[in-house]
Amino acid sequence: MDFDAILLARLQFAFTIAFHIIFPSFTIGLASFLAVLEGLWLSTGRDVFRNLYMFWVKIFALSFGMGVVSGVVMSYELGTNWAEFSRAASPVIGPLLAFEVLTAFFLEASFLGVMLFGWRKVGPRLHFLATLLVAIGTLVSAFWIISANSWMQHPVGYAVLADGSLRATDWLTVIFSPTFPSRFIHMTLAAFLTTALAVGAASAWSLLRDRTQPESGMALRMAIGMFAIVAPLQLVAGHLSGEMVRLHQPLKLAAVEAYWETRADQPQSLVGIPDRKAGKTHLEIEIPHVGNLIQGVPGTTVLQGLDAFPRADWPVVGLVYWSFRIMVGLGLAMIGLGVWGVWLVIRRRLERSTWFLRAAVAMGPAGFVAVIAGWVVAEVGRQPWTIYGVLRTADSASPVGAGQVSVSLLGFMIIYAIVFSAGAVYILRIVNRGPSLDVEPAPSAGGRAPGTPLAAAPPEPEA
Amino acid sequence: MTLDLPLIWAALIATAVLLYVLLDGFDLGVGILFPFARSPKDRDTMMESIAPVWDGNETWLVLGGGGLFAAFPLAYSVLAPALYLPLILMLLALILRGVAFEFRLHGRKHGKAFWTAAFAGGSLAATIAQGLVLGGFIQGITVRDGRFAGGPFDWLTPYSLLIAAGLVAGYALLGAGWLVWKTRDELHGDARRWTWITAGATAALLAAVSVATLIVHPRVAAQWGFIDGAFTWQVLPWVPIPILGAAGLAFIVSGLRRGSHGMPFAGAALVFLSGYLGLAVGFFPTIVPYDIDFRAAANADNALGLMLVGIAVLLPLILGYTVWVYWLFRGKVSGDAGYH
Repeated sequence: MDFDAILLARLQFAFTIAFHIIFPSFTIGLASFLAVLEGLWLSTGRDVFRNLYMFWVKIFALSFGMGVVSGVVMSYELGTNWAEFSRAASPVIGPLLAFEVLTAFFLEASFLGVMLFGWRKVGPRLHFLATLLVAIGTLVSAFWIISANSWMQHPVGYAVLADGSLRATDWLTVIFSPTFPSRFIHMTLAAFLTTALAVGAASAWSLLRDRTQPESGMALRMAIGMFAIVAPLQLVAGHLSGEMVRLHQPLKLAAVEAYWETRADQPQSLVGIPDRKAGKTHLEIEIPHVGNLIQGVPGTTVLQGLDAFPRADWPVVGLVYWSFRIMVGLGLAMIGLGVWGVWLVIRRRLERSTWFLRAAVAMGPAGFVAVIAGWVVAEVGRQPWTIYGVLRTADSASPVGAGQVSVSLLGFMIIYAIVFSAGAVYILRIVNRGPSLDVEPAPSAGGRAPGTPLAAAPPEPEA
Repeated sequence: MTLDLPLIWAALIATAVLLYVLLDGFDLGVGILFPFARSPKDRDTMMESIAPVWDGNETWLVLGGGGLFAAFPLAYSVLAPALYLPLILMLLALILRGVAFEFRLHGRKHGKAFWTAAFAGGSLAATIAQGLVLGGFIQGITVRDGRFAGGPFDWLTPYSLLIAAGLVAGYALLGAGWLVWKTRDELHGDARRWTWITAGATAALLAAVSVATLIVHPRVAAQWGFIDGAFTWQVLPWVPIPILGAAGLAFIVSGLRRGSHGMPFAGAALVFLSGYLGLAVGFFPTIVPYDIDFRAAANADNALGLMLVGIAVLLPLILGYTVWVYWLFRGKVSGDAGYH
């Protein structure tokens, strides 16, 4: 495959996976949130939880649908655009992806049907079980895909045969490769944070218009509780993940921190414009001496800089450097929002603080942006390899021409633009209506399944 | 005793693809029939009959693709580039029709009309794309040094277009049979009419595809006993396959005549099974027709073995809860089970 075709194929993969990852990172958290809401409704019987469930399940259904269809794409795109990668990697990570389908996708897809359409068909407990199984499915799916990706970041537990093909030698080592645990935790927490911020933003939006809205007040408190705890934890998980990068992918660390030279006592670069050609950072603000400290190693430890590696192996330093700073910056803002929110809750002034509610709305998309930035750090930082140190991206592509890849890229851009904008409009409309309109008059005494349908589908107004 | 892992996995992947074709086949078929519904309300009912299960149905397609990647990486890495454009078309079409299930309920006037059209158009386009993939597959892939070495439009031939037309008729037949089973009143009556029409079209196109396959592909003809204009009776073990298809058609016709609700769908499934097996006889044991044997394309034994342990535990579980979900949503569509 020629250079243009590889670049286009990379663009296409980046585009389709960045689009896809938005939805799982939202629905992983949302599925667990729904399970908690339904559990609380079943155990306390309070309508506020039922109303919140009915409100968020609509948004869940919309997001999950977009996640499913954009995920189907990934399972074929590996072959259409990355045939050589598929052939090389399959003996090791093939089973991991197969297990993802078998343990997670079927579970999610089957019980989603029960969760959305089974209200009148199953009892409340069985319905709760369906919600729970969907939530578990989303986490299991993350487990396998992060496992496969971690192996690509730091391949272990395999051998290279005489004909150059790979063989797994120890499956447990492959599945639980050294970078996997911290990366799995980092991704899962990221998903929970993303959801908590989105739930917080929607609730704050509703409270800005009606400060007494009970569902929104409850959901905002739950969201604050979530991100106030998870955002600081994420800092720790991110640090552990970074430690794995230092140990196993020193080149990536050098790019993330723009270490140009190998030395002890690295400075910490805060902001600047890394220049890959000149091998230096322009307009840099740096703190001398603390680089090693932030990496958690003594100042005397030598940390490798980019100069320790052939220039042909350097990733795009500026992109990795800035994506990392966006991610960390947003993470720190999330911690700040959490502290602020907890303080207001303790002082019982949450609903009255217009500025906090505005800030919570503004931070709604922060999780999505941070997730995508984090993936750019992980994936662009691994370049020019698809399997780090084993298979180069340039040797991974399919034998197809630039023409086909451009046409398909264009197709994806058009269809995703339509689907994404329509989906965003529908979700924002639901958010804008708020949970209050869904509240029915209290049901008459007697057995009523949680959230039996509120209205039939609207009639179709067309010729 | 050592297990023949490649053979077991070939059978498993073949089963996954067959289940995909039967299951997503009927819900794609419902989409193909969408424009012929009498009223918007009928369209709502049609969609409601498949809404709880379409997602699970489509997962078999992911297992087909993911399973091929994991069990027969060589086949995956040759077939996907060879069938690049129809596969991408299929994916794009599946996206549009997949999101339409939810989006249609949220769209206002124009939005709803757009997603109604997207569901119908996406279902039709995905079916045509799958037909082109199948046609391109059956007519053979150009392979050199274990890699795809053909052109971007190799799959586009009159033969693959004929297969695509056949698949559209076939999925529409499955969809019509499904609607006969799941709906009542006027829509049920329409579905019976659609079953008659699509059964006729499917029978004619299946016959045309069979003849075309024998004429165009001498290798397949040889598998079916037609060698150099002579016919051998060594194909006797495969005679039940066309009989199965004829039985399926008879099932549909007699089901429609006797007013049965379930028989047309069962008959349509038999017709598909017959067509599927009939084609499989033509290319087996190659997995990339007609160059790469399934054993040559198989993954490492330790990978196949590990996955076999996994699937031995998980597949019965998956089939179990899939059947349970279908059982849960059994009977006629009631129109009041949703969460909207």
